[in-house]
Amino acid sequence: MFKAKLKEAVICFGAGRVTLKYPFEPSPVPPKFRGKIEFDARKCIACGGCANVCPPRCIVIEDMGEVAKITFNLDRCIQCARCYEVCPEKAIWPTDEFETATPDKSDLKSEMIVWMSTCQRCGRCFETDNAIDKFESKRWRGRGPGEANKHGIFPIKPPIDFSMPGSLVREPEEGQGQ
Amino acid sequence: MIADLCKKMLGKSLWLFHTNCGACNGCDIEVIDVLTPYYDVERFGMKLVGSPRHADALVVTGSVSRQVAPALRRLYEATPDPKVVIAVGTCAVGGNIWFDTYNILGGADKVVPVTVYIPGCPPRPEAIIYGAALALGMVPKKVKPQHEQHVPRGFDLDAYIAKWQDTPVVAR
Ligand code: SF4
Ligand code: SF4
Ligand code: SF4
Repeated sequence: MFKAKLKEAVICFGAGRVTLKYPFEPSPVPPKFRGKIEFDARKCIACGGCANVCPPRCIVIEDMGEVAKITFNLDRCIQCARCYEVCPEKAIWPTDEFETATPDKSDLKSEMIVWMSTCQRCGRCFETDNAIDKFESKRWRGRGPGEANKHGIFPIKPPIDFSMPGSLVREPEEGQGQ
Repeated sequence: MIADLCKKMLGKSLWLFHTNCGACNGCDIEVIDVLTPYYDVERFGMKLVGSPRHADALVVTGSVSRQVAPALRRLYEATPDPKVVIAVGTCAVGGNIWFDTYNILGGADKVVPVTVYIPGCPPRPEAIIYGAALALGMVPKKVKPQHEQHVPRGFDLDAYIAKWQDTPVVAR
């Protein structure tokens, strides 16, 4: 029995130090690690694909005519990188950053403001009905000054009638027919 | 003076009480992981204890469900002062994908005041160690919000948004 204990002790000494020195030395992440997401407002076209697939609905888009405001509630981001997969412009990507602990939750709320492209004829921004709009997906995209519900999500108010043609921002002027 | 001395001598040794408030067990496994010899959070004097009355810190995992909320409140009240609450995992930080479900309150801070939030689903063991070290003031905070704008030069964004918010909603 004593011999067995001695053998155990020798094995333990042979193993050396296994504990990571982590907070005092950096710990590299494995390949394909998905950490905190980052984004680039210069590349984003505000198509809404990321907001449509985000499982915890942490990406919220508000269309405000010539600008679109995209809010990231990263306090509920699960770092699944689905937004990165669907983004046609690769304007949003996961980083290696995992040290996201914070005493203040507002550090986890990011936003970007994107300038929408303009019509060559009238010089103003316009809305297009794309495939995602036609899903009538509710609650991830707010048109206009909707009231935020308790989770900060802007419900569509009033309901958008997608069957209506010619949904330009510009209203017809008084006295002029279409 | 004795209080200062006690703070200096005892302030670095957090005893943790781990509460699962409706977690999927992912975060719980990672919390257990940081106690193994590989990550070895006992280097900082942290260890799990069996009663909230012995604990300095509550480790909350899981998106707090309605059923468990009164129990969490009682746990918090049973923990002696001074205490810290560490919310581990996206569930405990913001409610994860269940943040608006009928039976989920959506985060530990709806029930108890939280000292440190550690997001991630589940967070890496290193991220939990970092959060614990942050609670002890051993490492600086690194995360900061990202605000980006891509608008033409000279465009008055604040005025535009204010104007937009005053505009009545038209059916489009
Ligand atoms: S980040 Fe990508 S997917 Fe999301 S709105 Fe911008 S372009 Fe579309
Ligand atoms: S990583 Fe996942 S949860 Fe986070 S913003 Fe992207 S789609 Fe949403
Ligand atoms: S944050 Fe993710 S891993 Fe942790 S309890 Fe919630 S669902 Fe599970």
